[in-house]
Amino acid sequence: MPALLEARSLHAGYGETRVLHGIDFSVEQGGVTALLGANGAGKTTTLRAICGMVRTSGEIRFGEERIDGKATEDIVQRGVAHVPDGRGTFFELTVEENLRLGAYIRRDRHGIAQDLERVFGYFPRLRERLRQQAGTLSGGEQQMLAIARALLLRPKLLLLDEPSFGLAPLIVQEIFAIMHRIRADEGVSILLVEQNASLALEIAEQAYLLETGRIVISGPAAEIKRDESVRRSYLGY
Amino acid sequence: MARNALLAILVWFAVALLPTLLFSDYHLFQLTMVVVYAIAILGLAILTGFNGQISLGHGAFYAIGAYVTAVLMYQYNVPYWATLPVSAIVCAVIGFLIGLPALRLAGLYLALTTFALAVAVPQLLKHDALSPWTGGVQGLVIDKPDPPFGLDMSPDQWLYLFTLFVGGLLFLLAWNIVRGRIGRAMMAIRDHALAAEAMGIDIALLKTRTFALSAMFTGVAGSLGAIVVQFVAPDSFGIFVSIYFFVGLVVGGVSSIGGAILGGLFIEFVPNLAEQVSKAAPGAVYGVILIAVMFLMPGGAASFIGSLFARFRRRSKSGELLPTKLGGSSADNVSAATTGVPRGAEPDAGGNRGV
Amino acid sequence: MEGVLHQVLSGIASGGIYASVALALVMIYQATHHVNFAQGEMATLSTYIALTLINAGLPYWIAFAITIVVSFVIGLLIERILMRPMMDAPVLASVGVFIGLLLIINSSTGWMFDYMIKTFPTPFPGGPILFSGYVSGHELGATCVTLIVLTAVYLFFRHTKLGLAMRAAAFNPVSSRLVGIRVGWMLALGWGLAAAIGAVAGMMVAPIVYLDPNMMAGILLYAFAGALLGGIDNPLGAVLGGFAVGIIENLAGAYLVGTELKLTVALIIIVAVLVVKPSGLLGRTVLSRV
Repeated sequence: MPALLEARSLHAGYGETRVLHGIDFSVEQGGVTALLGANGAGKTTTLRAICGMVRTSGEIRFGEERIDGKATEDIVQRGVAHVPDGRGTFFELTVEENLRLGAYIRRDRHGIAQDLERVFGYFPRLRERLRQQAGTLSGGEQQMLAIARALLLRPKLLLLDEPSFGLAPLIVQEIFAIMHRIRADEGVSILLVEQNASLALEIAEQAYLLETGRIVISGPAAEIKRDESVRRSYLGY
Repeated sequence: MARNALLAILVWFAVALLPTLLFSDYHLFQLTMVVVYAIAILGLAILTGFNGQISLGHGAFYAIGAYVTAVLMYQYNVPYWATLPVSAIVCAVIGFLIGLPALRLAGLYLALTTFALAVAVPQLLKHDALSPWTGGVQGLVIDKPDPPFGLDMSPDQWLYLFTLFVGGLLFLLAWNIVRGRIGRAMMAIRDHALAAEAMGIDIALLKTRTFALSAMFTGVAGSLGAIVVQFVAPDSFGIFVSIYFFVGLVVGGVSSIGGAILGGLFIEFVPNLAEQVSKAAPGAVYGVILIAVMFLMPGGAASFIGSLFARFRRRSKSGELLPTKLGGSSADNVSAATTGVPRGAEPDAGGNRGV
Repeated sequence: MEGVLHQVLSGIASGGIYASVALALVMIYQATHHVNFAQGEMATLSTYIALTLINAGLPYWIAFAITIVVSFVIGLLIERILMRPMMDAPVLASVGVFIGLLLIINSSTGWMFDYMIKTFPTPFPGGPILFSGYVSGHELGATCVTLIVLTAVYLFFRHTKLGLAMRAAAFNPVSSRLVGIRVGWMLALGWGLAAAIGAVAGMMVAPIVYLDPNMMAGILLYAFAGALLGGIDNPLGAVLGGFAVGIIENLAGAYLVGTELKLTVALIIIVAVLVVKPSGLLGRTVLSRV
């Protein structure tokens, strides 16, 4: 089965600084792919590159189409939902408005209502806080809101940037448990960027390790998890 | 440096002598106004260009200087040259007083407030309570001074030399300040206030002093202007005076001493040229040129000329208030936005880390 | 007492106009963090356009509607052409461009329509003269119109999808792109809407202060004061601030400083707000936990 997302010789950077130096990776249909690496390795840049938020050269294919060079809004139209680092919450708007925005490009009212119910099933806390200003939510709740918002797009590909960042371990566990459920129920493909390698490897099938803009290790997550030397030197556990 | 100084002095002498000998009275009058405007813009440059405090209201100081001189000459028969020191002091004090609340404002908010000041000035000048001195709406007419010591020259020639003399002193003063420790402190505040503070610079004191200095320069320019034009009236000091100074500053070169002269030339001569394009054109021409400069040449004419010289001499530029060009790549903008660096310059009011 | 009531009602009428312009300012500020110094000039231009249409024989309200649409388009075009590259420029550069815009519009208006003061018709009965001693027909009508406009704008932003998208684009353009909102067009729409609101303000105030190219300079000042008083990034605050300034200005002008110094009152309000509470009375304290 062809990969849902495929990148070839992807370079990307900010202004004059080059961050990615020609990387290749792919995300399989219906699976979870993990992108690991230390701070500054270029993980966030990779997600941004996919969404057209930074200047790139090289090829990015989504389905049959090349999406490199397209505007972010167009890429989103094709079914790519990005939960950015820092969650990207609309602080000044209510939780409900944040969620509504997730479904902005959709026109099927019935479908949106259904998805909303499902999302509340994953994150019941959000239903309680519907009218609250999103900026007053805790970090964990904002992460849930961000994921919920992304799901309301009914995306084919979900990009998650460091969902564990800045959150207490218990909350992180809760969120990852929900992610397991999402993965099982939704059929959406996920590209997961994480510093917390052990959590990521538990949920992913494929994994890539990024080091200063280059992919140094790639392969099935199970193998990487088993390989002690890789774990010790690169993943820190 | 010494060679530059010598060159500057020679140029100054030439500029003083040649027109006086060769030009007609009317042309001399125009050149005199160029010098007056140059001094006014220099004041604005000190505050906005070198210290980063944006003022859209410097016409207020120009007006105050003009009226101080006019009132002293008209009501109290003070000789014209004696009014200058008085005007300087008055404007410096008022500038300092305005500089105090200005400490709390930054960027956009300061521009807004000074804009408001400029709009309010004509109303204040017309007020009945002041009209016994200011002559109310009609304003005051003052006599043109005669050349001293019975020198054989026209009043216009004398005024030109006088203004040039005062201007020369003021430019020298500005040049000295900017090159020295105070100037560096001013620019440090402009470029990175937090770092400046960490280095021990008393920001509040310096900013208010800079305001006072700037007001003094523009105030003295106003005085000279009043003497040259022989007339002051509230409606000549509306918002557009401040706006034209701002335009002259930007076009001439926002943080450049020499640029102030270019700015003065621009303000004096461009309207005449523009009027040949269309009667109402001066404003539109200013506007178009202002926008064009912002997009193409944010450092103004002076920085453009300076960069030409720099190609021959490889001198590095000091901190600029403006980028080399606008409209950076979207990648830069996006990365700035997502890492939380504020777009543009967040107008947080002074020291408050608001919102 | 009647005098005070009259001043207050008059103040509400002019306050409605200040509130409208203040709202336009805040809308653009929220989206771009820039203050549109040329807002007044744009409104004046719109008013002239309206006058031209009326003089050409069109009924008042048709001319009113057409002017609003035309102003909307002009605002949109200005944003797309001029403001787009200014998005992330430093303050001085953007101030420069706005001032340049102010100059261009002001001069062009004078050139196209000459500098003679003109009267502008009012569609409301009772004309610009006092009736029942409290408020004139026009002031009452103008207040109603501005209230209708402000309410419509509020409903639009709160309860429509497009309004939500525009708010989102103003608050967080990056996240907005990530949900598929075309942020650029949202900004252009915002400018168009601001221009349209300004046009309404201009048409409502012109019968009172008479139309000339510099008509809006003072009003812009009052609008600034109102926007700052209410909170420059808070639309509701701007509206309330505008009304407050209208009332304060009228009362102060009648009883404190005399009508010649009313602009100074605006200046004092601006300075006072910025020095005492820069975020305004209803200033936004957005709670955000990282």
